[in-house]
Amino acid sequence: MKLPKEEINNIILNEIKEDSKVLDLGCGDGTLLKFLIDNKNVVGHGIDFNTEEIIKCIEKGISVIHWNLDNLPLDFPDSSYDMVILTQTLQQVYHPEKLILEILRVGKEAILSFPNFGSKSIRWQFLMKGKMPITSDLPNKWYNTPNIKLLTIKDFIDFCNENDIDIITQAYFKSDKGQHTKIKFLPNIMADIAVFKIRKNK
Amino acid sequence: MSITIPYQNIKYFNLTEKKDFKLEDGTLFGPITVAYETFGTLNAEKDNAVFIIHALTGDSHVTSAEDNDTVTPGWWDKLVGKGKAIDTDKYFVISSNAFGGCMGTTGPSSINPETGKQYGQSFPLITIKDMVKVQKKLVDHLGIHTLKTVIGGSLGGMSVIEWMSSFPDASDSFIVIAASYKTSSQIIAFYEVGRNAILADPNYNGGDYYESKHPDNGLTIARMLAHITYLSSHSIEEKFGRNFQNETKAGEYPYANFGPMFAIESYLRYQGKKFVERFDANSYLYLTKTMDIYDATNNAAIPLTDVLKNVKGKSLFISFNSDWHFTPADSWVMVKAMMELGKEVTYVNLDSPYGHDAFLLENNELESIVSSFIKNVRRI
Repeated sequence: MKLPKEEINNIILNEIKEDSKVLDLGCGDGTLLKFLIDNKNVVGHGIDFNTEEIIKCIEKGISVIHWNLDNLPLDFPDSSYDMVILTQTLQQVYHPEKLILEILRVGKEAILSFPNFGSKSIRWQFLMKGKMPITSDLPNKWYNTPNIKLLTIKDFIDFCNENDIDIITQAYFKSDKGQHTKIKFLPNIMADIAVFKIRKNK
Repeated sequence: MSITIPYQNIKYFNLTEKKDFKLEDGTLFGPITVAYETFGTLNAEKDNAVFIIHALTGDSHVTSAEDNDTVTPGWWDKLVGKGKAIDTDKYFVISSNAFGGCMGTTGPSSINPETGKQYGQSFPLITIKDMVKVQKKLVDHLGIHTLKTVIGGSLGGMSVIEWMSSFPDASDSFIVIAASYKTSSQIIAFYEVGRNAILADPNYNGGDYYESKHPDNGLTIARMLAHITYLSSHSIEEKFGRNFQNETKAGEYPYANFGPMFAIESYLRYQGKKFVERFDANSYLYLTKTMDIYDATNNAAIPLTDVLKNVKGKSLFISFNSDWHFTPADSWVMVKAMMELGKEVTYVNLDSPYGHDAFLLENNELESIVSSFIKNVRRI
């Protein structure tokens, strides 16, 4: 089996069942979805709003649907996907609360990843420089960033508790020059990226 | 004036000589001849055939690619031809004039062998299902078992939807552009005004006008009206604004009363006038009515998911955000049904200011989407 260098994609791959129905929200150029199709034979739909990215997906032979994730509710039927994936996009939408609840309506389970705004490098920059932090996962300046709703790991866990969402698994990663390594110790301080597998508590 | 067909490579397929073609309403009709053109070469595996379906007033001449003697522009030259998105060096392109049309395929202006006269209003009220059945017979006749793709815009896109419903196994993929599985009441309303203009023309004579003056005024008005629905308020404003037809000083009007004063008025008159030279009024009545009547769900008797459930290959739906003839919402309903069915479906709502006509205009995004999509089509 061909595996990518990206540790995070492997974690997601391990959580996906063979031949399952997968929806990748904010799929970008379709790299992750293509990886899942090639390795797990999933029936996958990507969702993106950027026509250039959509064309890259079509070039890869991926089925992709033009939809704006700020356009809620998602007009897709209940429980129509085994897994809904939202990687590094949660912090870019206007209504993350509504979107997470919609994801858990459309999908039986969901995998979400986001940059942890509680990481030590961010805390350090903010505290010592008093400026908006810039990291490899959040590389933009305050005036041109697409990342508008930043959150920490603790914030996300609180949100799940408040909304009857079960956290099934979680994984935390440290970023180093575009490579990600898994960590376990003090995630809200040490991790740059968090990955959660969640489902609605019935 | 009768319509002449200027295309060098047009071919004719005699589907039937007898009155034995069963229409959707159960009646038998015939004979039927289909005018078609092919471009490029069918490969040995016979797996590179692309079937292209024209819109309301199109014909078989989808591209000028292989006109040797005189080059007549094709209606989809932007997308189809040598080195284009639908590359006639790679694909075997087939395009036919629709059943009911007036560019070589049997329609109301054809001679009824029983009377020796044009059918006129004795032509049956055919449906898109009938038109697609005729197209399928042509594909069978050409010895092609499975097409690589079936593609069309507007009425052509509606016909692709009917292919997905009637012949889901006959193509490895389907491409539906600026179309809907049914026409909205607003669009029916516009076409109804157009039909009334033709019917009210004293030359119409109950459809029996072929030996006398044709209902040119009625058909001109019908085309002028329909043309507005193919544009957007933005594109019409940008192109014409309130410009006058002739140079005029402020406070002056160039024409008395109701001559063509504004540029838009003159443009519509020109479009209408040009149209009557190439189109038959009865065909216009029949084809617009056929389009208005079409509902793939048989007026909601069948869920849309049932209509599309047997599609095996990939499908691609494209809409244009300024199109109010067949809107992005019209496309979305079909995309949603395909998603619900777990089919491989791709949907793009392209940003274009040009309204419904956008699918016929140069559009780099449209071209790369169609070309990349077809490249990735597998055998079903």
